[in-house]
Amino acid sequence: MTSTLDQRRDSARPGGLLDDVELAAVRADFPLLSRTLRGGRPLVYLDSGATSQKPEVVLDAEQDFYVQRNAAVHRGAHQLAEEATEAFEDARDRVARFVGVSSGEVVWTSNATAGINLVAYAMSNATLGRGGAAARRFAIGEGDEIVVTEAEHHANLVPWQELAARTGATLRWLGVDGDGRIRADDLDRVVTDQTKVLAFTHASNVTGAITPVTQFVRRAREVGALTVLDACQSVPHLPVDLHALGVDFAAFSGHKMLGPTGVGALYGRRELLEAMPPVTTGGSMVEVVTMESTTYAPPPQRFEAGTQMVSQAVGMGAAASYLAELGMDAVAAHEAHLTRLLLDAVASVPGVRVIGPTDTVDRLATVAFVVDGVHAHDVGQVLDDAGVAVRVGHHCAQPLHRRFGVAATARATAAVYTTEEEIAVFREALAGVRTFFGLTDGSDA
Amino acid sequence: MSTGSMEQLYQQVILDHAKFPHGRGLGVAAADLRTGESHQVNPTCGDEVTLQVDLDDAGVVRDVRWEGQGCSISQASVSVLHDLVVDHDLTAVDDLADTFRALMQSRGAGLDEDAEEKLGDAAAFTGVGKYSARVKCALLGWVALTDALIKTGATRTTEDA
Repeated sequence: MTSTLDQRRDSARPGGLLDDVELAAVRADFPLLSRTLRGGRPLVYLDSGATSQKPEVVLDAEQDFYVQRNAAVHRGAHQLAEEATEAFEDARDRVARFVGVSSGEVVWTSNATAGINLVAYAMSNATLGRGGAAARRFAIGEGDEIVVTEAEHHANLVPWQELAARTGATLRWLGVDGDGRIRADDLDRVVTDQTKVLAFTHASNVTGAITPVTQFVRRAREVGALTVLDACQSVPHLPVDLHALGVDFAAFSGHKMLGPTGVGALYGRRELLEAMPPVTTGGSMVEVVTMESTTYAPPPQRFEAGTQMVSQAVGMGAAASYLAELGMDAVAAHEAHLTRLLLDAVASVPGVRVIGPTDTVDRLATVAFVVDGVHAHDVGQVLDDAGVAVRVGHHCAQPLHRRFGVAATARATAAVYTTEEEIAVFREALAGVRTFFGLTDGSDA
Repeated sequence: MSTGSMEQLYQQVILDHAKFPHGRGLGVAAADLRTGESHQVNPTCGDEVTLQVDLDDAGVVRDVRWEGQGCSISQASVSVLHDLVVDHDLTAVDDLADTFRALMQSRGAGLDEDAEEKLGDAAAFTGVGKYSARVKCALLGWVALTDALIKTGATRTTEDA
């Protein structure tokens, strides 16, 4: 598939855009996209930021694991156990390669939230002296500071609030500007010698704004702080090389990157994972257990207690390979084109306002908006009536919504399988929202 | 654009109540009334309502006041609730609340004629039952009312018996 796509791309459109034939081929890989909704309307799925649809290769990989290879991994001397273990570890390799790291740096987690919590609780345990001298670098307490941002998903905010509450550390944060971009100009003021952790999102799940990661990493290194990146929104949509970005930890989920639910990955720089004490303890993560005490397995197994979500991990590996074959440059170029179309669509409808950057620079095809005089929930309902699926609410980012003085927004997000025609349907449905609620264009409600 | 299902969901009654809600604005009741207050949020969408209910010694609801923000369904539902329950006793209010819950669980099929007559304007919410994600919007105010009534400390006559 890659070679055909590449050849076509060279001659077809500038910027490596998918042409109609290629896009149709991609869409054919996703069985759900061809279903219809109430009244026989075609589905226009613009909610990939919440969860993506799954290509057949992912569904097949999970099914194939159960049909052909199912056995307990990392134990048992029989052939099935070997094959299951190989499939599980091969998936880890695929995911690791996909984000530019080595497989010993990838810990399976149940989702990205679990990955971020893992780091926060490991720091707690280190603070209590677990992990010995090597883990002391993770210890945190009174006088220390944790820095997050106002743009965070609750998953990269609440675990740090809790860590601060448990340890006496202080939580501070970087604000966002009027476009919803994190105030990088405030880094030097907020990130100081007291900062032990700088946790921030690679791309906002509300505004779509992409964070200048290397600038944040540079400041964190200057003060000796650990960096924790929420990469949930970036990994499915951009080429991401975590080693090149230089972050210490990064969490992302399978289900947003065309993979299954119930699985995510935590990247940790090898040296850090080796020094970090375990969090969830029990089976599979040990070396020697006596009645008195236990020694722990090296990472990543040290952080994978209990039976793992093997088939989902295999599915996430297949998703990584699928995206890699499409080529993340091509995916990003396609979505950049859709970003422009989405922004234009929203801008063309009177009484609709974007929460986030209105330019296409350093932003994803994630467009949150408010319709004057109509609550987001009602906006979503009218769009749904046209077959258009968008997310409504606070998108697990209440502080960011509060910053913009709104309780809820509607949010359209595109993915590699999104088409221009779908955005046109979205635009037309959006244009009918204020009319439906009896608000004439231009009036204030 | 619409196929008619939107008109069924957003009945004119609902749109009117959403635009010009009744009973809005919190306050303080007369000294001889018992007031209960409840704040309810719908954490998935951030809709919220704070509702105060005043009961007299005879167990009659004398007033309902509320403040809130949210979608048209949630806001209109509290407004309609206000009109329905004021001047009714606790038994009748409980019955209305139960009937409205039953309407929401009817998946858009509606209830019998007697029940719908009893619900008055609230029967306009029948179509909401078809959209499971919206049922909790319509129920937000009713949940607040039930909680606020408990907080008045009043006991039902049926429970006393």
